Amino acid sequence: MGIETQLGNNVLTTSLEKLVNWARRSSLWPAGFGLACCALEMIVAAAARYDLARFGMEVFRPSPRQADLMIVAGTVTKKMLPAVVRIYEQMPEPKWVIAMGACASTGGIFDTYATVQGIDQYLPVDVYIPGCPPRPEALIYGILKLHEKIGKEKLVER
Amino acid sequence: MGDISTMTLNMGPQHPSTHGVLRVILELDGEVVVKATPDIGYLHRGLEKLAESKTYHQCIPLTDRLDYVAGMSNNLAYVLAVEKLLGLEVPPRAQAIRVLLCELQRIASHLFWLGTHAHDIGAMTPLFYALRERDEILFLFERVCGSRLTPSFFRVGGLAQDLPEGFEEKCREFTLSFPAHVDEYETLLTQNEIWMRRTRGVGSISAEEAINQGLSGPILRASNVNWDLRKAFPYSGYEKYEFFVPTGKKGDVYDRYLVRLMEMRQSNEIVRQALDRIPGGPVIVQDPKFVYPPKDRVQQSIEALIHQFHLASSGFPVPSGEVYAGIESPKGELGFYLVSDGSNKPWRFRVRPPSFFNLSSLSTLVQGRLVADVVAIIGSIDIVLAEIDR
Amino acid sequence: MDLDSIVNRVKGSFPGSLLQASVSRGEIMLHLRSEDILPVCRFLHNDSQLAFDYLVDLFGVDFHPRDPRFQVVYHLRSLKTKERLWLKVSLPAQAPRVASLTPVWKAADWLEREAFDMFGITFEGHPDLRRILLPPDWQGYPLRKDYPLRG
Repeated sequence: MGIETQLGNNVLTTSLEKLVNWARRSSLWPAGFGLACCALEMIVAAAARYDLARFGMEVFRPSPRQADLMIVAGTVTKKMLPAVVRIYEQMPEPKWVIAMGACASTGGIFDTYATVQGIDQYLPVDVYIPGCPPRPEALIYGILKLHEKIGKEKLVER
Repeated sequence: MGDISTMTLNMGPQHPSTHGVLRVILELDGEVVVKATPDIGYLHRGLEKLAESKTYHQCIPLTDRLDYVAGMSNNLAYVLAVEKLLGLEVPPRAQAIRVLLCELQRIASHLFWLGTHAHDIGAMTPLFYALRERDEILFLFERVCGSRLTPSFFRVGGLAQDLPEGFEEKCREFTLSFPAHVDEYETLLTQNEIWMRRTRGVGSISAEEAINQGLSGPILRASNVNWDLRKAFPYSGYEKYEFFVPTGKKGDVYDRYLVRLMEMRQSNEIVRQALDRIPGGPVIVQDPKFVYPPKDRVQQSIEALIHQFHLASSGFPVPSGEVYAGIESPKGELGFYLVSDGSNKPWRFRVRPPSFFNLSSLSTLVQGRLVADVVAIIGSIDIVLAEIDR
Repeated sequence: MDLDSIVNRVKGSFPGSLLQASVSRGEIMLHLRSEDILPVCRFLHNDSQLAFDYLVDLFGVDFHPRDPRFQVVYHLRSLKTKERLWLKVSLPAQAPRVASLTPVWKAADWLEREAFDMFGITFEGHPDLRRILLPPDWQGYPLRKDYPLRG
């Protein structure tokens, strides 16, 4: 009915929202933010076997100003916290945060004077990936969940 | 000469090439580094204090997270210290398996170092090749203990359990194919003009300075000091294996690269020898004070259940005293000091981290070099911040 | 080298500085007077026979509520002779201070900063004694026994 019957199989129609969300989630560029042990599994996820390039994410931008995803991989200590928050603020909108691993989610096994008990106390986290460290497949699963979340976003809210 | 003012440049703590959260404050005169001051502590998690509130067994997972690139080595150093304090004799099968796993771990650690070091200097291909082999080793570890990165496999008195079926075959396959892979990395880098220009003569340190600074591991050996704890104070049966310890001549970045490549080949040799010689027998000391009873007995006998519960909840008391146990980890001399007050928790848990000493030489190594060399030099020291900061 | 020969050499050059000497699990441990640590270490380093050229480690221990409260442990090694030696000094709870060993081993630099950071022990003569692992404005010394785990 309507315009689709006139166009045949040559043209795709969609809503602007779906198009924008598809573009955003298909090439999320992470800011390289490995802090501790989880960073190793993140690097392995970007390497040849658990290829993150399949999701358009192999470019880990060194500068946060060119990134739209921050994967907090590792323990956040009180000395490091101002740097983490500043890097988050330097990222342009739209931006997302994944808390990878037990330490970033809740402080992990380090319930001590020097450790922040979860980065969500200071930053809005979109996806938590549990594990110590989570396997590269777990990281990829978390990223796919983030893709789903981005797919459901409304343009006007952002 | 006039007033030379320098520019202060901050490198890190978020930086792709610092291998972790390291901050280096560089004072530059143009591109030349006048002074470099490392600022550490961004990963200080309070691990030594945390260990004082855990029983001796509960400290084993904490040690995994020190040098996270080489989990098995940290476990070994720690359990050796506790065993020394208790005066335990580890059965020969457990010793042989410990050597096997630690040498595999050395290869994995050096592979990761090779990939990231080359990547920092601009050679991106070795990273993918090295991580491919490292994944093979991590699969072997997963077969043994269930975890790729944080094994917690050794126990006080031996191992958590025996090697699974099929492990020895897979491990042997790996040792047969590995030397060809090292040849691959060598074809990419060793005679590569760009690699040699970036690494030869860069960041060298003399033997006397290296000793005075407390350096250890490949960085000390590259400066022509033949010191390896596996040969000097052998532990866990290392005296039974035939291998040589490579040393460099000039102590520059290129020599450190060559030393580590040769160490990978030697470790492969040791793994092959260990596979041929693992004796039979128990994998843990047969002493009920420190060792859990077998699981099937726990499910059937009340005494075994009580025993298991007691060990799991409150551990075992250790006679008072102090001890040091050091091993040759892939980064250098990793040691643990334990001071015991006779209770079931350590009174003082001190880690002697090799990367702490190795990094303290950074200001000497980069003096007068260019900014681009700083990255090459930090990579060649091979640091792990979690070990430095604890 | 056995316990007696090292004790005699130290006593010979520094009478009165050696408070106690023992062997524990194969390691020789000498307990020294804290004022004498720098000259004794210089001697141990420079002497051609002993040649303790390698400082393996330096750290503090808090024995609260025992008195003297603090102890600084030095672990020395000679790469030439493969000998090992532990030195210990005891420090009081109030204003613990001891001489810095940076003139003898450069490795002592960062190690003493860490002992200062974690225990509050002052090392006199250290070129740059400030916190190394914790932020510079941190209050308190975490590895002391009266400092809570969670801060």
